[in-house]
Amino acid sequence: MGQNLFNKVWNLHSVKTLASGQTQLFIGLHLIHEVTSPQAFGMIRSLDLKVIHPERTFATVDHIIPTDTRQRPFKDFLAEEMIVAIKDNCEQYGIKYFGVETGQQGIVHIIGPEMGLTQPGMTIACGDSHTSTHGAFGAIAFGIGTSQVRDILATQTIAMNKLKVRRINVNGKLKPGVYAKDITLHIIRILGVKGGIGYAYEYGGSTIEALSMEERMTLCNMSIEGGARVGYVNPDQITFDYLEGREYAPKGADWEKAISYWKSIASDKDAEYDDIVNIKAEDIAPTVTWGINPGQAIGIDENIPTLEQVEESEKETLIEALEYMKLISSQPIQGTKINVAFIGSCTNGRISDFEEVAKYVKGFKVAPGVRALVVPGSMSVKVEAEKRGLHKVFEEAGFEWREAGCSMCLAMNPDKLKGDEICASSSNRNFKGRQGSPTGRTLLMSPLMVAAAAIKGEVTDARKVFNL
Amino acid sequence: MSLKQIKSVFGNGVFVTGNDIDTDRIIPARFMKCVTFEGLGKYTFYDVRFDELGNSKNHQLDKLEHQGASILISGSNFGCGSSREHAPQALFHFAIRAIIAESFAEIFFGNCTTLGIPCVTVTHEIARQIGEITEQNPKAAIEIDLEKKLIKIKSDSSSIGTYSFEIPENARISLVNGEWDSLGELLSNQDTVKELVGKLPYANNWK
Repeated sequence: MGQNLFNKVWNLHSVKTLASGQTQLFIGLHLIHEVTSPQAFGMIRSLDLKVIHPERTFATVDHIIPTDTRQRPFKDFLAEEMIVAIKDNCEQYGIKYFGVETGQQGIVHIIGPEMGLTQPGMTIACGDSHTSTHGAFGAIAFGIGTSQVRDILATQTIAMNKLKVRRINVNGKLKPGVYAKDITLHIIRILGVKGGIGYAYEYGGSTIEALSMEERMTLCNMSIEGGARVGYVNPDQITFDYLEGREYAPKGADWEKAISYWKSIASDKDAEYDDIVNIKAEDIAPTVTWGINPGQAIGIDENIPTLEQVEESEKETLIEALEYMKLISSQPIQGTKINVAFIGSCTNGRISDFEEVAKYVKGFKVAPGVRALVVPGSMSVKVEAEKRGLHKVFEEAGFEWREAGCSMCLAMNPDKLKGDEICASSSNRNFKGRQGSPTGRTLLMSPLMVAAAAIKGEVTDARKVFNL
Repeated sequence: MSLKQIKSVFGNGVFVTGNDIDTDRIIPARFMKCVTFEGLGKYTFYDVRFDELGNSKNHQLDKLEHQGASILISGSNFGCGSSREHAPQALFHFAIRAIIAESFAEIFFGNCTTLGIPCVTVTHEIARQIGEITEQNPKAAIEIDLEKKLIKIKSDSSSIGTYSFEIPENARISLVNGEWDSLGELLSNQDTVKELVGKLPYANNWK
């Protein structure tokens, strides 16, 4: 039997079996941001350690950065303290820092791929659970805690348990108006928010193979929402075409060598898996969450489930979710009034997301009373979108066009919900209070569904609004 | 680095009910604007414990009878969501020293182990039973015995329950042996790391 990508890459990066039985794993690319790294540098200093491979760590600022103005010092002095800390830490230890002044700042999971730092067959770690995004390239990429950020700074390795591998096949043609975001919400809905614990998800099948790199990133991004720390797609020609010519991608004679390595780490045709799940693309509808975890999702035409419709173990969470969301069982999700619409984040803040939405919103207006934000994932995405005139389309439709950052995904910057506002959001988490107000409510969906909700002022079927 | 061998954790319990308790709930993101972990304890479960004006909701964690409780009991998929170590750090600074739950999210589990906070798994029924014991008898003495993989609960020195638990064996060994923070061991293998780098095409300039 052949081997899967996860096992091949894992074995190539295994340094040693530790006394505990865990593996010491070499990390090829380490990405850091301002929230989970300063404490790690503090630990390095207090232990009098060095950063062993500063050239393998890259830094940016994304979580706390305001998206309405870049004026320094930031109004929030805690945010200012954090941005100063990461810059100083990078300078002291010789780490490349993509701050605003470089023109390359952005969400860490957007800039890694766009600069060609993210490559197949690597191990990639970052103090952020959405690091699974980078798996789109056929890398083993995962989120880590701050003590592990310290471990990588000091040793370029971490201690980790090997994961099992679940192959998720999605085959067939997606219906119009159904996107990578819907695939991932559908998978999480089926397998549950803890279904992936202990697993890496390998996504494959004809539907996945037909996805663009940016769509694959959206898909892998939310693996962790299904409990899987790692999600990946095998590298193929689409991967290579995306990487060719990017700043940090191999060049010249190295390019051919790189391709041969990248092909060698892809899963063998007869690879073994610990589990296999098959999904039909035609079964996937534009999907919307109604609850307080990303697994509480339904197709846009469905009604909010009743107690009888969910498994015994989910009943308690259903009651809690409905109470928090102020929604009612057996009612349609369509027609739920929204206050805020957010398009952006490491899930859906890339150029193709904006291009796709802009194609349809031309000529429409955001409904009165709805606050609608479009936030590019990186400064490069912003520049490219403006070059294509997309910002004008959004502004004419009544969306605010912002600077690059995490924005309203996670409430560490000024973009937040107020009170119990409901937000149609292209981000990745609908946890209680996630978007900054302890009573704020989040409905996750694809960017086009967010745009449709912004225009109608309520959750609606984008396929009908835009005649798809 | 010499670390404490964690063979047992003793303490009183506090029951935080619910499944899928995520890291945003354990420490809301707005309190993560900090460059050290020291001050996080007071914001632990903040929005669960306080209303929007900052008034106490008299949550279990704040009830007089649970003051000083160091063992948290909860439902399934505890610690899901973000990889932020701020969550276990907040719990640690809130004086939590062990967690009993039906299941744990993976990154959270690893982060806790690295801080020397054992996370042990029991069935839904047992989590509920232990939770109810702590509600009826907040001063019940709980011992999590990592060598025997047993939770022993006593009241006035007479036993009121013994339950077995599960924990991944390598986490258990590292806690019991005082090797739960692996940095020292990772540092000691740098020669092997160098050898490996030499064989990795991308780490070796594609040679």
